[in-house]
Order: sequence, then structure tokens, then C-alpha cells
Amino acid sequence: MKKLTTPRIDRCIGCHSCSLACARLVHKQISWDTAGIRIHSSGGLTTGFKASHCLSCDPAPCADACPTGAFLQRKGGGVLVKKKLCINCGECVSACPVDAVFQDHNGAVYVCIHCGRCVEFCPHNCLGMEETA
Amino acid sequence: MIRDHFRVLVVNLSSGKGQIVRLDGRNTEAGGSGLAALLFNKYGHVDRLWNDPEQPVIFAIGPLTGYFPLMSKTVCSFKSPYHDQYTESHAGGRSALSLCFADLDALVIVGKSKRLCSLTVSSRSLDIQDVTFMKGMSVDETGKLLRGMSPGSGHRTIMRIGPAGENGSAMANINVDTYRHFGRLGGGAALGAKNLKGIIIYGDAVFPQPESKEYPKLFAEVYRQITATDMMKKYHNLGTPANLQGLNDIESLPWRNLQATSDPAIEQINGERFATDNLLRNSACSGCPVGCIHVGYVREMFDANHRYTFKQVAYDYEMIFSLGTMLGITSTRSVLNILDEMEKAGLDAMSGGVALAWATEATEKELISEKETEVKLSFGDAKAYQQATVLLGNSSNHFYRLLGQGSLKASAEYGGADFACVLGQEMAGYATGEVFFAAQSLGFRHSHLDSGGYSYDQKHSDQDVAGVIDFLIKDEAGRAFMTSMVSCLFARGVYKDALLADCLNSIGYPELAATIDTAGVHIQKIRWQTRIATGFSPENITIPKRFFKIKTWKGSIDPLYLNTLKSEYGKAIIKLAGVTL
Repeated sequence: MKKLTTPRIDRCIGCHSCSLACARLVHKQISWDTAGIRIHSSGGLTTGFKASHCLSCDPAPCADACPTGAFLQRKGGGVLVKKKLCINCGECVSACPVDAVFQDHNGAVYVCIHCGRCVEFCPHNCLGMEETA
Repeated sequence: MIRDHFRVLVVNLSSGKGQIVRLDGRNTEAGGSGLAALLFNKYGHVDRLWNDPEQPVIFAIGPLTGYFPLMSKTVCSFKSPYHDQYTESHAGGRSALSLCFADLDALVIVGKSKRLCSLTVSSRSLDIQDVTFMKGMSVDETGKLLRGMSPGSGHRTIMRIGPAGENGSAMANINVDTYRHFGRLGGGAALGAKNLKGIIIYGDAVFPQPESKEYPKLFAEVYRQITATDMMKKYHNLGTPANLQGLNDIESLPWRNLQATSDPAIEQINGERFATDNLLRNSACSGCPVGCIHVGYVREMFDANHRYTFKQVAYDYEMIFSLGTMLGITSTRSVLNILDEMEKAGLDAMSGGVALAWATEATEKELISEKETEVKLSFGDAKAYQQATVLLGNSSNHFYRLLGQGSLKASAEYGGADFACVLGQEMAGYATGEVFFAAQSLGFRHSHLDSGGYSYDQKHSDQDVAGVIDFLIKDEAGRAFMTSMVSCLFARGVYKDALLADCLNSIGYPELAATIDTAGVHIQKIRWQTRIATGFSPENITIPKRFFKIKTWKGSIDPLYLNTLKSEYGKAIIKLAGVTL
């Protein structure tokens, strides 16, 4: 079981290629929001960038908060997502301590599923996949 | 946001209200440059001054924005305070993707706010705030405050102006996300005339991925070409400053107000030196993995007890030319310090540097003195240029107000027009020869990127008037289509017409894909028609004597060849526009 990590995020140039790739390849959307990894400046562009993404908690507070079983604890950390069970309540969003879950205007939620499809789109090799403990 | 029409938000700052407008023209005007011209013809007033409250400032993106890499630029069009004619300026940063994800093909701003204001838009909101407290505030301070006042960190663009824009300087830029600019021809003053200090566009919309099977494959292939080949390496390695050494070597780099075209001191401020001594990191426009933005750093001790301040300034070839070689500055640190002042003032660094170079030579020739300049200007004196930049941005006296309208305006009063380095506007950094001088003088934006004249000069030593004119006209049409998509022009080596057609086809624009040639020519034509309607005439543009007196790798400039090129290029522009003057 692997998880997405950002070991070299200090190299990030803010191109958003990772977010756009996740939205496109995983969620079939064109967006920089509906993605499991989202890039923000860390207090203005002069201070570099940070990535909001699932840190693969175990136990995961978002899974614990989910009232319908749409977010299930993933072995090794993070969550398995059952979209059909989601009622768009947003409890996972407020439960996440690192702002990793995004909720769109229709209520649908998006979180990293640690598939790694964004990794190859980072031009500075900021991202990686690591075996979970 | 794939649609067969344009969705435009028109905001009237006089009433404080906005309106969503649907416009046809996707298969003819395409987007970007074409859409901007279409919108100026709908909302602009060719017979009114640039600062008439009803004149529009337009921001437009294209059909490929957000869908393919390097489709990362926005076209800003307005009536320029520099020449009171229609123009465009282009910038990246987050502006293009923010507009895309605000679900807009264009934002049009008309009217004038009673008080200094900021405008915030997203796909679901429109808000105008009073920011009177920002009056006279620098670009960086304004940016810091706007960041805290608006939503969408990381997924928004923050455009703002500095004192120069508020003062109506024809060299005032619009800063985009700190490191990019709608730089040339006074867009900052166009916003200032509307009492608009800042624009925040928050991109919060989501669109379904195009349904075609080709789209994901094509995206991956374009991305591979851009990142896995050497095609774009020059832009992210040393970046455009790599050209400094090369142009100096072929005697084509302007030094000290174009009194020379080469100097051994280039080794102190070439691209390698900047990268080694001052490059802090790279940054990128949203949607572009190249990362061509080179952020330099300067550490300054402001107190003897080892108290330091730290500046981060994005540099490019053009700024090193205009604030370095053109001013006789041969220290990377000094270039960045002057550039930092230009940034704070919200001045276009190219125009500002070239204007100060003229002022320096005018001082040497005793046409002006410290009575006008307040500080003694001499080539190589960086501290004086830092102070002069502040004075220029603040329009602090009659001289600086005049200089802010352009070197030729100042020389009309003080003399020295012969050595004003103006080719339609303050020159770009290419003393490559007759073709570039004619091309920038009459180019649509007076930009070295209007066409490849500077490149043509470097490859051809023969004189072929008909061949040059044919090249300039055709090259401009191709670029007009690129800037309607809206692509970064650094990607023109990747996005050839066949690939552009594939991209358009893959996301559902087959008709536009099939007519790239004719659409490019049409967009080129309506841009020129619009400019001509606002007063452009080739006859009114003169090339100052300084340009006839230089020596390049090809030898001395041939006056007859240059004059012939200018004359024939002017005729060709009028012919393509299909108008009679």
C-alpha cells in the first residue's frame, strides 16, 4: 500500500500541474479545486508554495466523522471513498485538520486516494509515493 | 467552459453593477486578441480620449485556456494613454486560469468609481470595495492588503496598480500576482483613470472534462513535448537573460542609451552571472510546467549593526537591458535594486529604464539639469536611478510627469529627440538591425513579440524588402492566432498550426480548427482596423536618428534600407486592414 507524499515541495513552482492532472485523470474534470492535491502560496508568492493533500491519518478523523460510510479507513492510513454513499454533508471537510478535503459548490467532496497519478506531472519532482507503515 | 459563444462579464464601476453578456464569434474571433478587439468595438469609443470614463479595459482568454499546458496568458486591451490608440498587453501569472475558472471568456470594465476601489469577481460573486486608504500605495503593499481582503488563496489572481497608475503615467503597468505584468503602453493608467486600484479574480468553477478519447492522450503528448524534450529548456535554465551575452557578442545589445551595441562589461551582468549570484528560485504561471519566472534576490544592509532587508525581484532579459546595459549599470545587485523600485511604483521597467537613459544623455548634453531631474543622473549611478524611479512613479514635478508620457514627449519640450530610443514606444532590447527597427516601430503593440523581426535580423545579412515584409505580415497573423488561444509565445515552437488544430478538435472546436489560417488573418485585420480607427498612421511614426547611427554585426545601419522597410511595412499594414487613410 502506497501513499502520496510531498518530500520536495520546497521545489514547487506553483504551476498547478498536479491538481489539474488529478481533476482531469481521476475525477474527469477541468479544475484546480476538485483534486486530491491543491497548491496554495504560503502567505503570498514571495514565500513559496504549500500543498494541501491527505496526510494519510490512521485513524482518519474524516472517516470517523462520516455518518454514512462514504469515507472508510484505509489500511495504512487515509481513506477509501465510496462516492455513491456520500450525502454531501461536509462533515469530513470540517473534521480534517489539514484542509485536505475539498467540497465543491454542489456539495461533492474530493480527497486524495493515493493513486499517484499526479506524481509524473510535477516538473520539479516535488511529489513521491511511499510505502505506508 | 467549452461553448460556441463568448460569456463575458461587463462591470460598470459608475453604477457598481455587472452584467453577463453572451456574444457570438467563437469561430471567427476565437478568443484572446480576437475577442478583445471584438469587445473594444462593442464597448469602446474610438473618438473619445483614453481616460474617458466610458472607455473599456478588457481582459480576455481563449478556447484552449485551462485545457492545455502553456495556454496561460491573458490579453488586456484598452485605449493607451501613451498614444491614445487601441492596444493590447499580455500577461500570465494566475490571471488566465482564474478567468477560466471564474467561468468567463472575458471581463470588461467600464465606467469610473467615485472613490478608489477594488473589484472582486468569481463564478458566483461580484463585489466592489472602497479602498480609499490605498491611495498612493505601492504595488507590494497593495498586494499584501488585497490578499487578506479577498477569498481564494492560491486559486485567484490579484492585479493591482501602484502610484504610477494612479498618476496617469503612460508607463504605468498592471502588476499580476507579484511577478508578472501587463507592462507596456500604460494599462495601469487605464485602471487608474477608473479609480480601480486592484482586481481579484477567484477561479472557483469546475468543468467536465471534454468527452473525446483524443483529449487525454493529446494532453499527455503536449505535456511530454514541453517537459521531456529540450524544446523549452532555454526558458527555464538561464531564461531569457541567456540572450544578453549572445546579443552583446553580435553587437546588438543597446548600451548607455544605445551609444554602443557591445561592451566587455557584459560578463558582469549576463544570464550566467545572474543565475550564479542572484537567482533564488523559479516560479511558474498557472498551467505552465516550464517555470520561466526567475526570481532574484538582493540583501541590503540598512543599519550598520548587521540589520538587513531582503528583496525578491523577478528578472528577465528585457529588464536587464533597460535597467542594466541601457543605464550603464554593470552590477546584478544594482539592476535588481532599480527594478525593485520600478515594481513598487508600478512602472513598466522597460519603458522606465529607456526613458531614464534618454534623460541621462540629455543631462550629459546639458539639455536638462538637476533642476528638472532633482537627482544628478549619470550612466552607472544606480542610487540616482533608484531615486529617479521613485520620482518618475510619483510624477513628482513637471519634468517627470512629461517623461512618464514618453521620452519623445519630454524631448519635444527639452530637445534631444534625435537620441530618444523610441520605436513606437521606448525600444525593446534588440539593436539587431533594420528589420527589427522597422518592425517595432510599426508593430501592433510595438513589442518585439509582435513578429520575429529581431530573429530575422540575426539570420539574414542580405537585403530583401519584399521578403521581409512578407515574413512580418505572415508571422504576425500566426502570432495573432496564438494570442487568441491564448498561448504563451514561448510555446510557439511547440504549438504549430497542426497541433493547435488537434487541440481545438479534441475539445470540440472543429470549425475553428479547420480555419486557423483564415481566423489568424481575420484577427490580425480587425486588430489593425481598430487601431487605425483610433488614430494610427504609419506616417506619424518616425525613427529617431540614433537608430541610423549604430553598428551591428552586419555593419552600419543602411538608412535607405531602413526607411524603405518602414515605408513598405506601413503600406502593407494599411493594405491588410483594408482601409484608406
